[in-house]
Amino acid sequence: MNLLTKMFVTIVTMFITLPTLAQSLESEGRSDLNLRSGVTDISSQVYDLHMLMFMVCVGIAVVVFGVMFISMFLHRKSRGAKPANFHESVKVEIAWTVVPFIILILMAFPAAKTLIAMEDTSEADMTVLVTGSQWKWHYKYMDSDVEFYSTLATQQEQIRNKFAKSENYLLEVDRPLVIPTGQKVRFLITSDDVIHSWWVPDFAIKKDANPGFINEAWTNVNEPGVYRGQCAELCGKDHGFMPIVVIAKTPQEYEKWKAEKIAAIETAKAEEDRLLAMNMSMDDLMTSGQKVYLAKCAACHMPNGEGLPGVFPSIKGSNLVLNDRTGHIDILLNGRTGTAMQAFAKQLTLSEIAAVITYQRNAWGNNTGDIVQASEVHTYANGK
Amino acid sequence: MSTATDTLHHDEHDEHHHHHIPKGIKRWLFTTNHKDIGTLYLWFSFIMFLTGGAMAMIIRAELFQPGLQIVDPNFFNQMTTVHGLIMVFGAVMPAFTGLANWLIPMMIGAPDMALPRMNNWSFWILPFAFLILLSSLFMEGGGPAFGWTFYAPLSTTYSSDSTALFVFSVHIMGISSIMGAINVIVTIWNMRAPGMTWMKMPMFVWTWLITAFLLIAVMPVLAGVVTMVLTDKYFGTSFFNAAGGGDPVMFQHIFWFFGHPEVYIMILPAFGIISHIIPTFARKPLFGYASMVYATASIALLSFIVWAHHMFTTGMPVAAEMFFMFATMLISVPTGVKVFNWVATMWRGSMTFEVPMLFAIAFVVLFTIGGLSGLMLAITPVDFQYHDTYFVVAHFHYVLVTGAIFSIMAAAYYWLPKWTGVMYDNTLAKWHFWASLVSVNVLFFPMHFVGLAGMPRRIPDYALQFADFNKWISIGGFAFGLSQLIFLALLIKACRKKGEPASAQVWEGAEGLEWEIPSPAPYHTFETPPIIK
Repeated sequence: MNLLTKMFVTIVTMFITLPTLAQSLESEGRSDLNLRSGVTDISSQVYDLHMLMFMVCVGIAVVVFGVMFISMFLHRKSRGAKPANFHESVKVEIAWTVVPFIILILMAFPAAKTLIAMEDTSEADMTVLVTGSQWKWHYKYMDSDVEFYSTLATQQEQIRNKFAKSENYLLEVDRPLVIPTGQKVRFLITSDDVIHSWWVPDFAIKKDANPGFINEAWTNVNEPGVYRGQCAELCGKDHGFMPIVVIAKTPQEYEKWKAEKIAAIETAKAEEDRLLAMNMSMDDLMTSGQKVYLAKCAACHMPNGEGLPGVFPSIKGSNLVLNDRTGHIDILLNGRTGTAMQAFAKQLTLSEIAAVITYQRNAWGNNTGDIVQASEVHTYANGK
Repeated sequence: MSTATDTLHHDEHDEHHHHHIPKGIKRWLFTTNHKDIGTLYLWFSFIMFLTGGAMAMIIRAELFQPGLQIVDPNFFNQMTTVHGLIMVFGAVMPAFTGLANWLIPMMIGAPDMALPRMNNWSFWILPFAFLILLSSLFMEGGGPAFGWTFYAPLSTTYSSDSTALFVFSVHIMGISSIMGAINVIVTIWNMRAPGMTWMKMPMFVWTWLITAFLLIAVMPVLAGVVTMVLTDKYFGTSFFNAAGGGDPVMFQHIFWFFGHPEVYIMILPAFGIISHIIPTFARKPLFGYASMVYATASIALLSFIVWAHHMFTTGMPVAAEMFFMFATMLISVPTGVKVFNWVATMWRGSMTFEVPMLFAIAFVVLFTIGGLSGLMLAITPVDFQYHDTYFVVAHFHYVLVTGAIFSIMAAAYYWLPKWTGVMYDNTLAKWHFWASLVSVNVLFFPMHFVGLAGMPRRIPDYALQFADFNKWISIGGFAFGLSQLIFLALLIKACRKKGEPASAQVWEGAEGLEWEIPSPAPYHTFETPPIIK
């Protein structure tokens, strides 16, 4: 039974060294072993609760396993141990029912206090509407016209192991959410299709995005910085590829960013009007159409347009694409209810929609020769 | 507890003149014998364990390093879904039913299960259920890819057409479980040997009785929720669709009202098994028999009021979150009582460490680790951070693999000599135990770390800071998978009766009716009930 003694020593040492190891790594700033204490008052309370619970559990484990291993060592037949015959003791049994109960009550108080604070979304300084959809996030600032989609920025080539992986592989987006520090920011969280979950570990926020219902959460970030998270609820094929990036800026810088954003929206509107009035060439439409396609459509319909049989329909050789021009414009603008096909009217500009329709009607052997201009999409959209 | 009997030995010669055992495939197809059906269940569950395990190997191979290498995300999701379904409904539950079939009649001194033909049917529909489920993987669009919890609307509007097959196969599994449960209850209620009062019943019988009531209570709820998924997807209802007045979160309430008791369905019989093995090898009666029974019953009752702890992030009112937090914490009290009782049973015993005991001790330690991480998960504010990360994956694999499955292996080693009449190959058994013990911890322990560091579950690809741990987890996974082939070799050897003949009692400290009949157990036992003194 020497082997057993060795195992005993190893396991006990493991349990004793584990918390100290975790803490020493924590003080070195390594967060790949433990929860992060985050950047808000709430997140550090949550971290403290976590460490308290962890220590209590390690304590219980050391006592229980300690007694058990001592018994396994001392009360062995090979050491000549003779079995005792006791099999109950009311006193002991009451003790080990009551003592854990008291420990639980002591743990319940701080937990309840933090929970109540976390769920108090009242008196917020500003509100952001967060909407999940397959597989991107949409942010809308409720006090202005600023709204945008935020999608994965990591290239497919990195995911497919063709390019080296960047530092923030799978945790980078094209347009991060920007919020001010030192202000109570309330999030209204919902979904356009399936259930997603908006999770930023450094804020200790994880809240499900339920279609048709609105959940609330809030944060008040102490330090400017870039904070990364991911969707936490299985939401279909690309669940692993819809990260969240939040940049916290000082209030002055935040205001500056917001002013720029509003100005950019004005410019984009003017540009849209200009494009509406002009006819683009086939080549231009195909080039920009391909770009839009790969960014917005390829996740489901695949880069080769063939979709996933039985899950996402093929665009290549599709009857709708080949024979129904207005139907094609309609499905892009309005989506199709009861399926995973989203409405792109608000996600893309008219010229982007025109380009991607032209691309789909002429790529992969769909040689219709059709050119769809932004004005045609505009007419259809307003004619309804 | 049951003790000596004196009217046993006539069974053996009875067998010679009025029963013959049919031969070949017909024996297994038409059998109504509890031992045959138990054997069928156990082999079926082992085959499913290897099948679900193969899927886990695919998952771990894809997660070996960052990037997509082996499978595409849609297939990855099918693997996590079907792995979960197979392990829960195909491996763990049928294994416990198989043990119930073999052991309950022998432990209570009954000649067979009360409803033998139903027993046959409840087994033989199972292979078809899993055939349907597995064949859906080959359909256009693939099998179920929405997780074993099949949250709507991912499983309704957004699922592939194989969903109907998924629903049908879950219905069949449910029917099988309900029939099995009815059989267990009727058998225990009516067929105990004279003198075996409730509080003399062996712990395995007690835990299974309570489990059977849980099954009857919640399997219809599962049937209801899959049917609602079916009608939402194909018949235009809107149970879970807000646009039609429904609520996707209601799905989760109904599912977890089934799902949480289901968790205890998979662990209560394990508690029973461990309560047999530890006293045998400590050569000392189980400490606190009565409190074990009451603790089991309390866990079962509490299991009905904690379901929403799986749903803390869905946006419940704060009062509901507090209720479910406190109720969940409460479960650790009776569970703790059980662990303390096992330790107290070992205390001042005279212990030896045969393989069943090694598995039982590993169970107590590793299940307790799973239980403690469960206590951490109960704390709502922190659960917001843990929820849907690998910390949860680590937690439920500690309670289900090193909990339920280790207990099933302990049971297999403990009763195998009784079933086959020969001692298992001890060298292989020790290899199996130590290889499993080491690899299972390399596999699941680092999952706690990656989960705390922020890795979500059910993703086919991950950020770079998780790469080192995931490599180790995958290596542990492959090693654990391969270790089970040792078990397969050992079982084949034992079933071909290669090994030392086993005595009736098999283990020096074993007590109970099943140890008073010869090894291997005759085809028919206790045709005349023994008298319990």
